[in-house]
Amino acid sequence: MTKVKVDNKEFEFDPNKNLLINLKENGFNIPHLCYQEGLHPEARCRLCVVEIDKKLITSCSHYPKEGMEIKTKTKKVKRARKVNAELLMPEHMDKCFRENKHHDLCNIISDLGLKKVRFNPKKKYKVDLGAAVIRDDNLCINCGRCVQVCSDIQATYAIDFAGRAHHEHVTPYYEKDLPEMYCTKCGQCIAACPVGAISEREHLKEVLKVLKDKNKHVIVQTAPSIRASLGEEFGMPPGTLVTGKMVAALRKCGFDKVFDTNLGADMTIMEEASEFLERAKKGGPFPMITTCCPAWIKFMEHFHHELIKGKNMSSCKSPHEMLGNLIKNYYAPNNKIKKKDIIVVSIMPCTAKKFESTRPELASDVNYVLTNREAALLIKHFNIDFVNLPDENFDPALGISTGAGAVFGATGGVMEAALRTAYELGTGKQLTKIEFDQIRGMESIKEGSMIVNGIEIKFAVANGLSNAEKLLKIKDRYHFIEIMACPGGCINGGGQPLPYSKNKVQARMNAIYEEDARLPLRKSHENPVVQKIYKDCLGKPLSKKAHKCLHTHYYKRKL
Amino acid sequence: MQDIILLNELRKVQDKEGYVSEKSARKINKKTGIPLSRIYAAATFYAKIHTEPQGKYVIEVCNSPSCYLNGSLNLIKYLVRKLKIKSGQTTKDKKFSLHISSCIGCCDEAPAMLLNDKPYTKLTKEKIDEILKKCK
Repeated sequence: MTKVKVDNKEFEFDPNKNLLINLKENGFNIPHLCYQEGLHPEARCRLCVVEIDKKLITSCSHYPKEGMEIKTKTKKVKRARKVNAELLMPEHMDKCFRENKHHDLCNIISDLGLKKVRFNPKKKYKVDLGAAVIRDDNLCINCGRCVQVCSDIQATYAIDFAGRAHHEHVTPYYEKDLPEMYCTKCGQCIAACPVGAISEREHLKEVLKVLKDKNKHVIVQTAPSIRASLGEEFGMPPGTLVTGKMVAALRKCGFDKVFDTNLGADMTIMEEASEFLERAKKGGPFPMITTCCPAWIKFMEHFHHELIKGKNMSSCKSPHEMLGNLIKNYYAPNNKIKKKDIIVVSIMPCTAKKFESTRPELASDVNYVLTNREAALLIKHFNIDFVNLPDENFDPALGISTGAGAVFGATGGVMEAALRTAYELGTGKQLTKIEFDQIRGMESIKEGSMIVNGIEIKFAVANGLSNAEKLLKIKDRYHFIEIMACPGGCINGGGQPLPYSKNKVQARMNAIYEEDARLPLRKSHENPVVQKIYKDCLGKPLSKKAHKCLHTHYYKRKL
Repeated sequence: MQDIILLNELRKVQDKEGYVSEKSARKINKKTGIPLSRIYAAATFYAKIHTEPQGKYVIEVCNSPSCYLNGSLNLIKYLVRKLKIKSGQTTKDKKFSLHISSCIGCCDEAPAMLLNDKPYTKLTKEKIDEILKKCK
């Protein structure tokens, strides 16, 4: 511990953490924009300045030293912060003042008491309208968080700074638009952006339009991780499970049926576990890699298409696409509804799912994808008092799910659920302990092994695409690999409530495992609806019809 | 290390082709494994590396303090009017490209400019007219 003086009071600071974190932990409110937990400090925004020895320094890029005298409230500091914020503002334009948005920058500006823009905005960039991610460079303040997230955490390198001095701006290579290049649409840049210059493509208007249309049968399905984070948008503490309230609210919004993507997850597990067992019988090809994450799929199609040739990728669709297909090909004929009258809306923690739903090979089984944030906007649009709603249950036709489906929301979940089912289907015996603790938690790469029928099966889990990159280098050691593009899994997806914080993600993860422990059924093959679907419609896992409905294929994509 | 390799590659392409096209950036990407966005970032950072095709004659007028004090800004304005292009652009007939440059080391004979990397010093409007006339 290092002894320092802050505003003439003595404090003990941790020398391994930078001044900004130390000050924040000790109750000082230092404004900052370009620094984010887990990223390298760039010291670009210059709002976190403090005074040391009559000099202004950025607290994010300096570490405490013995006997340091730090001043945070002097006139000099306040003036510097104000001017620095003003210099950022023209680039952010006064748009946010008009729209009354609450980005980090806007909050800081109001805290500093600034009310109007003294300088004229200079930038005039065209807005990049993608199918999933929208980038408006006119709002950008060049803090560089998105660039760092894209390169260091996601290893995609889709965007970088181009130009120099006042020409500097964030862009894909050769000023291309995001849709025509190798962006994975994971949306981590959206979570990192403190000013809303990158945002998801909203589909709220379209959904509101179909909700009004009386001829359409509008069905909504909700992803496993939504129930652990939707409450945050309504002021509830992170990690509150709001499954019942969410269903009630969506019903009030006017959706005809509320189904559970967890059921789709159970179907995915049935197919994936069966596929794995079949590979085990045939002796390969190993490792088999999960395909539930659309951002990982797009990453793979661009950078690791050798996995398609090597047949390492499982051919299963992602859970919401499976459920979307079942709604149109199983639920619709059973209830005598015309396929064209059914609209499927998925609420996902993910922006890549927006892109996935536009893939031609998936035949628009899911019509619209809303992010968690959009879902909250939708509920707010109908003036629903979310916090005080009574709990309701999913519609039972496709709404009963197991704990195995619930854990999909966290990293390691797909693997855990698949192992539960693979063991029991493979051996015919009951698992004694169904929690796989070795693949739970936030570590970047986790591994474990299990003995099935006398054979040791090695499995590994990676979250964050840079970790996936590392894991793929040693992939031959394993039989089964799960990869999730976002660090922490879907609970930290690009469509989750903002702003990002590590504690929030941990709280959501705990909630997911709590949901798993709470449910009476915890293995996918025990799900009565899954059994019924196979009996009535698909036959058995990996049958011809199951292949037609629940499996897909991948393309090699250019860089 | 990667940065040194990248700069070397960029300079090679710049010398050979006059600018770094998307095609050549892809070639560098294939050869070195450096991401395309990084290549573009480096190429746009350096004034001497261009990402768009340049004219036959590349004019770089120095605008650092010595030249500035000796009226380089007037010369730049004169060139902008004469060639009908802004700084950083190329004429329609692909003959001239105009850039504003940092110090080129000719402070003693300011104002100065480079024409295809050859320095011309103690410039006046008349002298510029003469130099441009010789460019065919």
